[in-house]
Parts: sequence; structure tokens; C-alpha cells
Amino acid sequence: MQTVQRPPLPLRLLRVRPGGLVPIIALLAVLLILVAVRQPDFFAPPSLMSFLGRSAPIILLAAGQYFVIVSGEFDLSVGALVTAQVVVAARLIDSEPAHTWPVVLLLLGFGALVGLVNGLITTRLRVPSFITTLGMLLILLGAVYLWSDGAPKGGLSDEFRRFGRWAFEDVPVLGRVPYALIVLLAFAALAVLVARSDFGRTLIAVGDNPRTAELSGVRVWRHRTIAFVLSGVAAAVAAILIGGYSGVSFQAGAGLEFGAITAVVLGGVALGGGRGSVVGAMLGALSLELLFALMNFYGVSGALRSTVQGAIILLAVAVSAPRSSSR
Amino acid sequence: MRALAFRPTRWAVPGVFVALALTLAIGWLVVLIDGGQLFNQSTTVSLLHVAAGLGLVAVGQTLVILGGSLDLSVAYVVSLSTLVAAETMNGSDGALVPAIGLALTVSAAVGLFNGLLVTRLRINAFIATLGVGLLLKGYLDNGYDGPAGATSPALVQTLGYQRIGPVPLSFLLLVAVAGVVWLALARTRFGHHLVAVGGDPEVARLSGVRNDRVLVTAHVLCSLCAGLAGIYLASRLGSGAPRVGSEGLYDLESIAAVVIGGTALAGGRGGVLGTVGGVLLLASIDAIFNQLEVDAFFKQVIRGVVIIAAVAVYARRALRKGAV
Amino acid sequence: MRRTIAALAAVTLLGLAGCATDEPAAGPSGSASAAGSGTGEQSKFFVQADYDAELALLDATATGPADRPWEQVLNPKMVETAKFKKAGPHKLCFSNAALNNPWRQVGFKTMQAEVEAQGSRIKEFVHVDAEGKDQKQIADINDLLGKGCDALIVSPNTTATLTPAVTAACKAGLPVIVFDRGVDTPCPVTFINPIGGYGFGHVGAEFVSQRMKPGGKLLALRILPGVDVLETRWSAAKVAFDKAGVDVVGVEFTDGDPAKTKKIVNDYIQRHGTIDGVWMDAGAVAVAAVEAFQDAGKPVPPINGEDQLDFLKLWKDKGLTAIAPTYPTYQWRTPIIAALRILDGQPVSNPWKLPQPTVTQENLDSYLDLDMPPLHYAMCGCTDLPGYPQRWK
Repeated sequence: MQTVQRPPLPLRLLRVRPGGLVPIIALLAVLLILVAVRQPDFFAPPSLMSFLGRSAPIILLAAGQYFVIVSGEFDLSVGALVTAQVVVAARLIDSEPAHTWPVVLLLLGFGALVGLVNGLITTRLRVPSFITTLGMLLILLGAVYLWSDGAPKGGLSDEFRRFGRWAFEDVPVLGRVPYALIVLLAFAALAVLVARSDFGRTLIAVGDNPRTAELSGVRVWRHRTIAFVLSGVAAAVAAILIGGYSGVSFQAGAGLEFGAITAVVLGGVALGGGRGSVVGAMLGALSLELLFALMNFYGVSGALRSTVQGAIILLAVAVSAPRSSSR
Repeated sequence: MRALAFRPTRWAVPGVFVALALTLAIGWLVVLIDGGQLFNQSTTVSLLHVAAGLGLVAVGQTLVILGGSLDLSVAYVVSLSTLVAAETMNGSDGALVPAIGLALTVSAAVGLFNGLLVTRLRINAFIATLGVGLLLKGYLDNGYDGPAGATSPALVQTLGYQRIGPVPLSFLLLVAVAGVVWLALARTRFGHHLVAVGGDPEVARLSGVRNDRVLVTAHVLCSLCAGLAGIYLASRLGSGAPRVGSEGLYDLESIAAVVIGGTALAGGRGGVLGTVGGVLLLASIDAIFNQLEVDAFFKQVIRGVVIIAAVAVYARRALRKGAV
Repeated sequence: MRRTIAALAAVTLLGLAGCATDEPAAGPSGSASAAGSGTGEQSKFFVQADYDAELALLDATATGPADRPWEQVLNPKMVETAKFKKAGPHKLCFSNAALNNPWRQVGFKTMQAEVEAQGSRIKEFVHVDAEGKDQKQIADINDLLGKGCDALIVSPNTTATLTPAVTAACKAGLPVIVFDRGVDTPCPVTFINPIGGYGFGHVGAEFVSQRMKPGGKLLALRILPGVDVLETRWSAAKVAFDKAGVDVVGVEFTDGDPAKTKKIVNDYIQRHGTIDGVWMDAGAVAVAAVEAFQDAGKPVPPINGEDQLDFLKLWKDKGLTAIAPTYPTYQWRTPIIAALRILDGQPVSNPWKLPQPTVTQENLDSYLDLDMPPLHYAMCGCTDLPGYPQRWK
């Protein structure tokens, strides 16, 4: 966390290049300072590592959501997809260690398939993605409740839960490194590579102005569909980590779609597309998680939390994205 | 560049009414075969009551969506309004008028705040109204540990439970509000400007429309409608309820009803008649599935499919029109 | 111009956000002033008389068949039902608040099995699910009134807000039976529920505060604010903690989300070094709370859960210091039994208070059934019903 050693960022940085990383780094720095004041031992390697590990799922979801949003669309189905994946995994694994790897592969495939369907309905049938993925949300939740008779069945094997729950022990300096953190680093690196590739740059152009992109020979629908597939796969990985971290439950993915979208916007990505970076989106998710931890450390009354969260989101977005159009 | 559609509500007869008629016909038949009766008095009354609550919210939502915006805070405005109304009335008929006035004022203030966030601070409507929703949620969670206040008995007896034949008073209220909004869209400058702003803000600005003012007005009206829905719910429930809006999913359901009714989510196209059709369609599906005792989860799947399919059909139609 | 406005609004918002975050920092644990133990103000749902009555019921002896607790009554007060006498077979109608959690799922399956067991006396059983929406349940009840039901069973979604609809149903002349949550009117023939939230909250809180080290730190985990049955549990626990002088370092809402629960518990362990006791208002996330201690390499402190099998299994496997007050799902059998008795013209008790057993270290083994799914409730009273165990799997 090099950001800790940096001096607080001066106010002039509020006038920054739209979509840049400065606002989110400033927000993160403020949150880190507040944590440091209240809970200095948070920065001790073991607790920092476990914090990063447990934040991995939402960071991955934000990365996936970035690709969809920057291309000018929304994915509201990721939370439902995570819930569905966790419940499906529990029923198929049924506490049987040997089923772990096949089910992991199946989940990744399932995530990609849901993304593909979202993408094709949005691009080929020209249904706005807000509606496509809202419908998908209802379908996924309804179907998984229906399939499991209203209560999750079966159980996750310890092998499956390992990814989200356990760590490499006795690592020099760091103490313990959660598997989830390794998974996060690997996928984050991949996400940055994809975002910097030709595909990633074209995707921003698509979000900025689909017509211009189309005229310059880009197959807009294909790029957007791939973005949805990436979001679906990210949701699958997140589901594996969340299922591992906390076990099977119908609440596994509740509200994650709004969390991911909020994180992406905090990270300076414009809703409506065409501007932002995947690193910003992931830092946005990290800030959001840090905010929740901060509220635990400061003992903010449970009922007031939404108000604090709402105020900070409005504030951060008002300051960092003064030029985004209303849609 | 697309031409400005200054005559919004002439946009075809919303196809949703065809779907509604078909759904009711098929539903009636299936329920009959099942040994029930879809159109008996009590079922019709129930259906219209459910439609009235969602309908009031959805009519308001239509306005902001037409203008190219969105309101995700309506569910919390509904809850807030039930509480303001019921706590001010506190069980007495004397406080009826001030209570309704106060509930509507508070709702309008939230709408104004939403509108200013969207226009002045240029925050995307999705995030702005999500944030305002969170602010309100915190206030409700912190301030209320359950239902509070008591609705005036006169309001409960009239708006809450009075009906004329099978038509509840509340549904007539919805019809009246929808009628006023329809007139406003079709006949007033505000209506024309709203559609213009939703269709293409840049062109609207160039042709002299004050975009910000129009959008703020739409947001205020949307919240007023949600506030009205809250007053209706308070009359139905007999008290204020801090979770009634969010548990009723009025945010997402109202948006679903609007788009099923043929209003484009991107703004600039559609109308309030279609929204009423969309609300009736959702309520009819509810009623039919209730009669057949279909699992609620299965119903959720069907809803998802209906929402996507409806919008796909509209998109296809719009595409064909564009091609001709 | 626009920038000035933006800046102004931003400053206002900053002020808002500042207020919200700064305020609690002044007192370490929310509104900590009351009673000096961090439990905050008493809920306005707290009714001293009800609290006293429920606590007294915990020690009362039930009348009725010992092996069928769903037919037992605590302190019976019989009411006449002769006017509802009717020849069978009957059509029973049920307006259900929701089916959206495992407790209600297990309960409803138990009810369906009871209907099947009484098949010769029930010609039709109509079930309408309100999906957790007050507004829909009011409409549902109205709808059911037009269907020629012989008796109406209601499990209200919210106490106060369903009262007008239930009153209207009573006026329609058919016997109305309310269970689980109540309504604010005496018009139903009977109101069936176990002892209730005060009893639940008290049993858990007293156990935890007695077993944890004196002056230790306790974390209270709640599901949601504003749900009446859960509010009464917390308000009874609050009384117990205040009396015992327990230092309640946090009262947090988990939304029933295990991941959120683990994060909260983890942060509280870090903040306070150690947590000496955990109290929860419902068992749904008890396993997650225990796991948070395990993952942090800390001993699991005294804790309460509920009678869900995943918690009971963990309790036994890890030798936890635990207790599980229950809100038994067998209460879903009773409304069917009551409806048939009322339609026979037999007197029934109103209120019909069912016993509310507690799972303790001593009787843990008798409730732990490893063949049932992890989210099944041990207190279902369903082993003698048709379709057991397959129906509940």
C-alpha cells in the first residue's frame, strides 16, 4: 500500500482529467488515513492480507462490470448470478470432494453463458441492457429458488471452500497470503492486460460513440457481447470466492450488482460508457470495502450506515465526475 | 439525426393492451379449466388495488424516463410518505389535509434534490437516485423500528377500502392522475419539452428548451406520484410502514411497468397510457398466478421473461419503422 | 456558475457526511449513553407486561399430549366456537406472508404435510403467497374472502399493517386463525404462536452473559431493523445485558448475509482484540459468525444460534459453548388442527401459546439429525407426518 506514504493530495487535484485515477486515489488515501488513526494495527501484514482476501470478490465484480459499463451498458444480473452459482455449486458438489474441480469448470462456463445471453439479447434484440439484465436477475433468482425448493441444499466441499477461506501460511514477511488474494492478483493482471489490449481500447471507443465506432469498421455488437461475457466470468470467479469465504446461502450475492456499479463509478468510470480505467474500477471497489471496514472500526450505528454510504457516494461522484452527462 | 418528436402521445396504440387482452383471455380460460373464476368481484378488486399502488409510482417514473432520466429512490419515498402522513394524522380526521400536504411536500423536496443532483451536479441519474435512496434508507432504518403513526379513519374508509362496484376509489385516483399526466404530456409545453429533452438533449437545448428546468420538474412530479402512492398505502395499511416501499420492490417494478408499457428507457418515446397497461399486465399476471396457486419463484421467472420479451418486441417494431 | 453550485453542494454534502461519520466517533459504540453498556435506547416495541408474561411462560407447564408439543397449550384460556360448527369436508384457505427463507420453507412443508395427514377432513387447501409485501397480502386476504373458504388462516407479514385486512375478514363471518406474528385486534378466533420473541432473546442473552467472562465484550448481531418479531428479541436481550452489566461493544445488522457477518465479526475482533460473547437475534448467520472466529485463529466465545442443523452440527463437532433458543417450525401444524377443531365446534384456547423448547448441551444429541439438510430446522415436529423425510430434503 504505497499510497499510505504519499502526502495528502492537495485540493487543486479536484480539477483533473475526467476519468482519471486521481480522485479515487485521493478517496482511498483519505479512507486509509482515517483507518490509520483509529486502527493502526490494520496495516499489520496478517490483517491487511485478510482484508485484501475478503475484498477480492467485489474487486473482481467491479473489474467485470467495468468492461460492460465502459462499453455503454449495465450488468444488473451479477448479484443474482453469484447467488445462483453458489447455490448450484452446493447442490452439485453435495459435500463430495471429487466433484470440486468439475463444478468449478461448470461454474465458469455457466457464468460465460449467462454473459453471452445477456450480450446477445442486448445487442441483437436491441433490448436496453438495464432491462435485459434486470430480467436476467429475476429469471436467475426465480429459477434457482425453484430448483432448490426455496432452501439451498447440499453443501460445499472443503476443497471448494479453500479458495475463499484459507491461505498460504508461513510466508516470509507477509505471514499468510489468502488464496483469494492470489486469484485476485492473477485476474486483476489479466483484466489490465485485456483493458490495454486493442480490444480494451476499442471497447472504450464503442462506449464513447457507437455510431462512429461502427462507421470505422468496429463490430460494436461483438465487442459489447464479449464485455458481458467477461462480466459473467468475473461473477463466476467471485461466486467461487464468496462461496468459499462464507458458505452457501441465498444471500450470497444480494446487492452485489449495486455494489459493483457503485465501485466502478467511484473509480471514475462514466456510466454511459467511453471513459474510465479498469484499475480505477478496482480501486473503487477497494475503497467501498474499506469504507465498510471503517464503519465497523468507528462503530457507526448499523442503521445509519446506508446514509453514510449514500452521502459518500454522492459526494465522491459529484466531485470526481462533474462533466458526465445525465445519461 | 432523428427529427424531434413533438407529438409524443400519438405514438401508436401501445401494444401492451393487446398483450393485456390476450393474457386476460388465456388466464380466464386456464383458471376456468382449473375450476376457478378469474373475474369474480373479490379478485377484480384485489387486482385493481395492487395496480393502483404500483400504478401511481409507475406514472411518475414514466415522466423521468421520458426525459431520459431514472428514479431508483421511489421505493424509499413511498415508505417515507406513508410515515409522514400517518404520523401527522395520528389517528384523527382533523389532521387529514395538513398530513397529506406535508407528505407531498416532503416527497416533492426529495424529487427536487434528485433533480438538482442530476442537472446541476451532472451526476448520472442511476447513481444520484441510488445514493438518495441510501440516504433515505438510513434515515428510515435509524428512526423507525416498525410501523408508526395511525392513518385517519376517514382516509382508510375512503381511499383505502371504498369502492364503486368492483372499482376501488384508489384505482379511480390512478386513472385521474394518469389522465392529468397524459394531458400534461400531450397538451402542455412542459410535456413537449420533456419528450424533446429525452429524445436528444443537445437538439432540445439548441431549440430553446431549458433542459435542466424541465428535468427537475419531471423529478419533482415523479416523487410527488411516489408520495401519493405512499398516502394511498398508508390508507390501506392503517399506519406508516418504513419497509413497505422497498419490500414492495416499487423501484424496479415501476421501471419494469414503464418499459413494458412501451416507453423507451433511453427517453424521448412512449407515454403514460402504455404504463397503465404495463401495470395492469403485471397485476393480471399476479392475479392469474394467484388463482392457479403457482409458485412465486416460477412467477418471478415469468416476469423476467415478459419484461425482456416485451422490450424486444418494441425494439423490433421501432427498428422496422426506422427502416421504412 | 455551474461549478460554484457544484462546489457549494459538495461542501454541503461534505458537511452531511462529516456529521454522520463524526458523531459516533465521539462515543465509541453508537448511542452508548443509555445504561452505560452500549445497548442504546429501548425499542418502542418493548412492552413490559408482555415481557413479564413471556418470561413467566418459559417456566410454565403445558397441557396436552407430551409427545405432540404442537397440540400443547401454555396457560389455556378456552373460547367457545360452537357458532362456527359446520359439516365437513372443509375448504381451508391460507394467506401466507412469504416463503422467502428456510424457516418458512420448512414450516410450510410441515403445514402441507399436516393437510395431507388430515386429508379425509379437508377437501381443498388454498395457499396464497404474499411474497413479503403488505400490500399484496391485504389484496390476497380480500381475494380469499370471495372464494367460499370455510376457515381462513393468516400468517401476517407485519403486525400493525395487516390489522385492517384481518378485521375485514373477521367481519365476513368465517373463523379466522392467525399464527406466527399477531395482529392488533382481538377479532380472530385464536392467535397461535410459541412463547415469542422476548423469551427467545432472553434465553440467549442470559446464557451468553452468564458464560462469558465478567466485564467481557459482547457483540450483538441482528438481521434487520424494523421487523417486529426480531425487535422483541433484541429488546429482551437488551434488558438482560443491562442487568448483567455486559459491555455491548456493537449492535450490527447483517441482512442475513454470511459474508457480511464474517467481515463484521472479523473487524470487531481486530478492533477489540477479543470478543467474549456473541448474541444473535436469529440463527441464520450463526455458522458464519463461528467461522469468523475460527479463521482469525481465536477461540469461539459463548454464542447462541437457532435450531438449524448446520449450527447444531458445528456446535457438536467443535464443542462450542452454545445455546439455541428456538421459534419452533412445528407451529405451522397447529393452525390446521385449530381450524378443524373450530369447524367441529370444539373450544380452543385463545391465545394458543405453544411451548418453545431450548436446545442445550444436555439435549443437543436428541435434536441433531445428520441425515437432514444443513438448513433444516430440528424443531419441525414433522417426523410422524406423511412424506417424512423426503419432503423436507
